[in-house]
This record gives sequence, structure tokens and C-alpha cells, in this order.
Amino acid sequence: MTSIFPSFTAVADHALLVQLGDDISEELSARVLQLDQAIAAAPPSGLRETIPAFVNVLVEFDPLVTDHIEMETALRALFDADAAPASEGVVHDVTVCYDTDLSPDLDAVAQATGMSTDAVIAMHLAGEYRVGMYGFAPGYAYLSGVPKPLQLPRKSTAIRDIPAGSVLIAGPQCLVTTLKMPTGWSIIGRSTTQILREASDRPFLFDVGDRVQFRRIDRATFESLSSRGAS
Amino acid sequence: MTDARLRVSFAGPLVTFQDAGRPGHMRFGVSASGPMDRLSHTAANVALGNAPDATAIEVSMGGLVLECLDGEVSLSLTGGAFTVDRSGDMFDSWSIFSLSAGEKVTIRPGASGSWAYLAFAGTIEARRWLGHTATHSTSGFGGGQLVTGQTIDITDASLREDRHGTIDRPGFLETGAKMRVVLGPQDQHFTPEAVEAFQSSPFALTDAFDRMGVRLAGPTLDLKAALSLPSEPVTRGSVQVAGDGVPTVLLADHQTTGGYPKIATLISEDIDRISQLRARDPVAFTAITPAEAIQTTRATAAVRNGYLDAISHPKGTLSQRLLRENLISGVITGTDPDT
Repeated sequence: MTSIFPSFTAVADHALLVQLGDDISEELSARVLQLDQAIAAAPPSGLRETIPAFVNVLVEFDPLVTDHIEMETALRALFDADAAPASEGVVHDVTVCYDTDLSPDLDAVAQATGMSTDAVIAMHLAGEYRVGMYGFAPGYAYLSGVPKPLQLPRKSTAIRDIPAGSVLIAGPQCLVTTLKMPTGWSIIGRSTTQILREASDRPFLFDVGDRVQFRRIDRATFESLSSRGAS
Repeated sequence: MTDARLRVSFAGPLVTFQDAGRPGHMRFGVSASGPMDRLSHTAANVALGNAPDATAIEVSMGGLVLECLDGEVSLSLTGGAFTVDRSGDMFDSWSIFSLSAGEKVTIRPGASGSWAYLAFAGTIEARRWLGHTATHSTSGFGGGQLVTGQTIDITDASLREDRHGTIDRPGFLETGAKMRVVLGPQDQHFTPEAVEAFQSSPFALTDAFDRMGVRLAGPTLDLKAALSLPSEPVTRGSVQVAGDGVPTVLLADHQTTGGYPKIATLISEDIDRISQLRARDPVAFTAITPAEAIQTTRATAAVRNGYLDAISHPKGTLSQRLLRENLISGVITGTDPDT
């Protein structure tokens, strides 16, 4: 059977949505990354930016320079060129402190999963996380790889004003927040790692495709790293 | 060149500093922000002799009152039909005027339009993020929201009297309620009745309207079946339909990804036009092909560039203007001894 993917859909006068599949998987994420890197290595004329996500890539272009048909042709050529497999992402060390006042939903997660809080923490730390995409707000990196037993639905109502640095889980995804925002995800800890960094030539810590390893820190370390404003 | 200092005597909600925007970071969750009405922002700058992407103040319907504490500076106001009260002197937007120490300017919404652009002859000192002063309203990054009581410094402030007066408005834009869209990228998930209703029924803006987007009122747009799409990139102009069947048009500070299906996407010019409408104003959607969308944008760009070039030339001082008008109308004839 011939795959209907990749499929190309015009978005208004300025973009093309390149769909590589329907359902989230590691394999599909790798193909998204491969296309994204191939575009970056040989940007078609008129390219403005690409936004990689779980199953597709949005390709934004300048309509005064190119159009949907030319861009599709250029992108198909990249597929045909037998692109190199996506490069292995960098591994980032991300701190997390699980102290009770920083992890208001840890007990509820333990109850829902039938595990002790220590077992939940150990399992969260053991997860192998990968940056699937950014979204929602600046620096919000969606990490895939939450171990199966910890995959819980979102809470029925969102909680307001969750502090920046909160470590959240929902379903297969984990997220370290960068801004004070509402969330319906379970808050299981707090990180001192700054993903969004002002005054930096690399303002966003992760690239899509990078890997993340959480590292537990105690309260004293948390306080000392927090007061330094970085880690 | 000297500096001017202004005090914000009053700022309504969502009055922000905006340069032309911060494109290129959507992959990191950052929408481009920048002015809701891009052409008016550029016009305010070029009519004053500024760089087209210089920082200006985007004034919401909440209005703005500024008092000049020090120095003097020329200002331009474009965008919606807002009104200006400059220490008792009343006039409309699409004007260039001066403000000197002790004078006060009050900008209020007038007959129509949701956003006005106030540019200054000089450089507004505003916070930058990722190289731009454009304010991303949900995070507050960039120049930020103006608050009552703060001061604004304009460096290299100048009076540009040869530019004072009215600015020609762009007469080439489509007017009215009709907004052009390209269907998709998920129109196939909607019932045929919903796709039909989207293109044939009247909608209206609601007051759930900010820099992130505007929710519409109109017929419910139903999906063929319950849908769980992986979160995917969205763009300025996306018409996303939430589970309740209500469409929202995403605007300058939109989220960069979302899981709701998009029935259609507005073409660039009409994103800015819908942004200038007000709650309860009617809108209707007309589907055009991607090729027509490109064609429309290219045709508009050519006219737009000609317009911006025309308004960027100084009108001249009053005496220069009188002289020019006299020469054009051929009134001055008796001064030449040879005739």
C-alpha cells in the first residue's frame, strides 16, 4: 500500500503543513526531525521558518518570493534526496526538587497509580525524555517519555498561577514551565534549570529532538541554585 | 538632537510597545507578536520619517493619556478612527503633530477600529527580548504593557514640522465584513454542513478579543466524529474550532501549537482587517484557492509599497507648501520681469 504521507496542505497565503503521519510515535518524531534538519541544511528559496511538531512540520514562507507549489516541489526534492537520519540530540541535565510544598500533586499521583511517592519519584527520574516540540507559551518544551504507569489524564480543572520551573506531567508528556501560567497537569516538583534564558546567545536551552535526564536535588541545593537564578 | 520625556497619565489595558514583530522563534513557542494592524504601524513610522519597523505604541480601545515632561517631539497617530485631544486641540487619527513640555495628549477610540499606532520622531526606549521590543502580551516579554504613572524616554527626539498635518489613509484595502480564507488544513474533519455554514452564514466578533485571538459568534461548526489530533503548529489567522463548535481566529500573540482542528486560515491582509473590527461587528468568510491567495497578497504588496513610499516624503514647511501649490496652480506669474 502506498502511504498518503507525506501530504502537503496549503495554509492561507504563507505556509504549507507537511504531514508525516497520524499518530504520535518515536519513529514519527524522528522523521519530523529528519525533515526539519534537511530543510535547515538546504533552505528552499523564500523559507521563513519551520515549526516541527509531533506528526507534522509547518513551513512558513514569503509569498512574495515563492508559493505553495514551488515550496512543495522543493520539499519533495528533500524527501527524495535520501536525507541523513536525524542527528542524535544533545542530553540535558535538568534538576528537580520533589519537596512537598513544591509538588502539590505528588500525593494524588501516588494514589492514582497505587505507588508510594518515593516510587513515583524514582520512576519519574528513570524516564527517558525527548523534546517532541515546543508550544503553548515561550519555552514550553513538551517532553515525551513519561513511563507508562505514571501516564495520567489531566485534572478536570486548571489551577491558576503555577510558578515558573514547575515540573508537570500529563499522559505521556512532561513539561518544565517557564512562566507563571495556569495548568491542568499534575505538578510533581520544581526545577532550577532555566529553559528560557534572557541575555543569552542561546535563549532556549533545548532543540527539538534533544534528550532530557532529570536529576534529583535536595532542598538546600534547590535554594542555593534558585538564589543564583540558574543552574 | 535632544531627548524628550513623557509621563503616562493614563493607560488602558493592552496598550503596548510594538516594533514590527519577532519572527523566527515559533519553533520555541514564541509567536511573532508585533502590531495587530501591520500596515498602520508601518504607516505611522514612515510618515514620520522613521524606519518602517521602529518601536511605536499600540493603543487599545482603553485609550492613552500622555503628558510631556521635558523636551519636544513630533508624533504620528494612525490605525483605527481614534480621536486626539492635544491640550484642547481636537483632531482625528492619521495625523502628525507635536507635543512640548507641559502639553498633554489624550487618545481615545472614535467611530471605528480597535487599535491605533502612536509613533515618535526619535527612539522610544523600550526593553528588548530576542532583539525586538514587540510585546508578547501573555508573557509580558519585550517592551511590555504601558502602565499609568510610568515615564517614557524618547532619545534623539526631534520636531519634524515639514511632516505635520494629515497622513493619506490607505484607500486600497478591501473594506467590509467579507474575510478571505483558504480552507483547511483540517476542513475535512468537519461535516459538509459545517463547511457550508462557515462560508455562507454571518458571524460576529465577541468581546472575547485580545492580542491572542478573537472568538466569534455564529452557527455551531460540528465535526464528523469526535477527534483527538496530536497538538500541531498553528499560525496567525488560523480559524480553530474548539470542542463546543465555536470558532476562534488566532491573532498576533497566538499560541504556537494547539490540538483543535482548523477549518480555515485567513489571508494575511484580512487578519489585520479583522483585528481592527470591534466586538459585535459582523464578519463573513469567503474561500479562495491558495493560488488566488498568493496572487492577492502579491497585488496588495505592490500597491502597499507605492502607498508607503508616497506618504514617506515630507510635505515641506508651510511656506514651502504654499510655494509648491502656487507653482502647481500657476498663480505666480507677475514676478518674472521677462513676461
